[in-house]
Amino acid sequence: MSTATSSPRQNRRRLLPAGGWLSVYAALYVAFLYVPVLFLPIFSVNTAATPKFPLSGFTWKWYEGLPHTPELLNAAWNSLIVGLSASVLSTVLGILAARAITRYRFPGRRPINGLIMAPLVLPEIIIAISMLLVILQLGLSLSLFTVVLGHVLVCIPYSMTVLTSGFEGFDRSLEEASADLGESAFGTFRRVTLPMVTPAIISSLLVSFTISLDEFIIAFFLTGTEATLPIYIWGQLRFAAKLPGVLALGTLLLVASFILLSVAEVLRRRAARRTQSEGGPYA
Amino acid sequence: MTAAAEGSAPLAASPPRRKSLLQSESVQGLALITPTFLYALVLLLLPILVVIAHSFWTQHYLTIDRTFTLENYRIALTEPIYRDLLWRSLTISLVTSLTTVVLAYPIAYYISFHGGRHKGLWLFLITIPFWTSYLLRVMSWKVILGYNGVLNSGLMGLGIIDEPITALLYNSSSVVITLVHAWAAFAILPIFVSLEKVDRTLIEAAKDLGDGPLRSFLRVTLPLSAPGVVSALLIVMIPTVGDYVTPKLVGGKDGMMIANAIQAQFGKASNWPLGAALSVTTMIVVTLMAGAAVFIIRRAARLAR
Repeated sequence: MSTATSSPRQNRRRLLPAGGWLSVYAALYVAFLYVPVLFLPIFSVNTAATPKFPLSGFTWKWYEGLPHTPELLNAAWNSLIVGLSASVLSTVLGILAARAITRYRFPGRRPINGLIMAPLVLPEIIIAISMLLVILQLGLSLSLFTVVLGHVLVCIPYSMTVLTSGFEGFDRSLEEASADLGESAFGTFRRVTLPMVTPAIISSLLVSFTISLDEFIIAFFLTGTEATLPIYIWGQLRFAAKLPGVLALGTLLLVASFILLSVAEVLRRRAARRTQSEGGPYA
Repeated sequence: MTAAAEGSAPLAASPPRRKSLLQSESVQGLALITPTFLYALVLLLLPILVVIAHSFWTQHYLTIDRTFTLENYRIALTEPIYRDLLWRSLTISLVTSLTTVVLAYPIAYYISFHGGRHKGLWLFLITIPFWTSYLLRVMSWKVILGYNGVLNSGLMGLGIIDEPITALLYNSSSVVITLVHAWAAFAILPIFVSLEKVDRTLIEAAKDLGDGPLRSFLRVTLPLSAPGVVSALLIVMIPTVGDYVTPKLVGGKDGMMIANAIQAQFGKASNWPLGAALSVTTMIVVTLMAGAAVFIIRRAARLAR
């Protein structure tokens, strides 16, 4: 990947003299991406109940109020259950599909892959209402279970992306060697393939958990009476007085997402390095 | 399933061996992907077909009359309220996707051509905000653009304005700003990937043949990265047309979009067939718009070469 730009300093001169301007632009752009998000933590420790400048003083009181809100704890527990179920299911389904896509050629490979990846480019409201219609038609009742069904659907494409990048560049000769030495297909998968792709699998679990934890629209349509965290936040947004508490909760979620994704990213890179360094010279 | 597939493979193995090998490979692949495929089939494709079916039916209070009718589509396309919402949704998604792509291109270019060893880090930096809750990001824009918000209070504090600007929040442009921010990463990644694939020797060749930096960019790099621009445009345009949260939180009355009307049909108004027809219409129209955009970009890329 990096071979094309072997000497960046040289390239900067030769390809585009405006490289300096571009780096200024890049810095501004990153600021544009981050600044809005950073207002959440800033105003979550501000004493004033409305988020505005100048800041009035530092306080932890909005955070201290959080554990004393039973509905919030309830929603957090629901989100945890939904997130765990959705991430495990979508990772299992993702492993099967990613394995099939990267390892085998079969008829209908592209359209099947297209269908599985489709939730990535469909408006979530379309997914939500179409599932809602079917669930209500079948006479099933809405619950956290139906939310999990929806979340798995939207998590699979992300799991697939992480997992296929972990499975690709994987040295096939290792698997062939294992098969030649008499392992069954399943034995080869369990004893050769699986250990090499474990980081990608964990990374897929973390990514889908994060998506489920943050997902709003599908949960909004498919849940019955039980709220997940985003639904709880949505309900609170109607009351201006509740805003600081929501900002505090949002900050905690932000930190949680950031930690989960950093771990996922480190693991994904390790996975990529592992499959490449061991499979690279032969592949 | 797998057992059955493996059991049948030796039977077919007798004639040419290679063919049977291929066959068993495709059988294994299919068997492996079946659970995920079925999941998507039952929970995505089938429900969408059910929505399409509903769009041709009629709601009678609590029951649904299943005689075929195009009445819902007539309402969706001609009633001023839905027509305007649809039109606004399309405009917002078009403006959002174009802005996002135009703003994202230089960043993707910078990372690909000047990122050096830190490409991975740059990409990670850019994707992080995207992973934080969508709801919270929209909310932070509400905090920023509000009447008593960060921007107004900040500008007043600095003495630049005397009273809050009301035009910041609750209109189409606040929706566009929020969406451009929310979808940035989605646009940068595909453009970056296609820029990485651009053969650097071609650019060198253009230089050697006397093209200046701008000319070689316009005639080599830009057309070759067109596939990335196309997918970036699509990946932003299609989902944003059906956005619900952003118009609801920062759109106000003038920023409402079609998803808000669709939600109402499945909620308070309780007219599923009309909601279904609105959804189908939105998807068809946005697909047409996306198709036209792809056509224009491909055409332009070919002309530029």
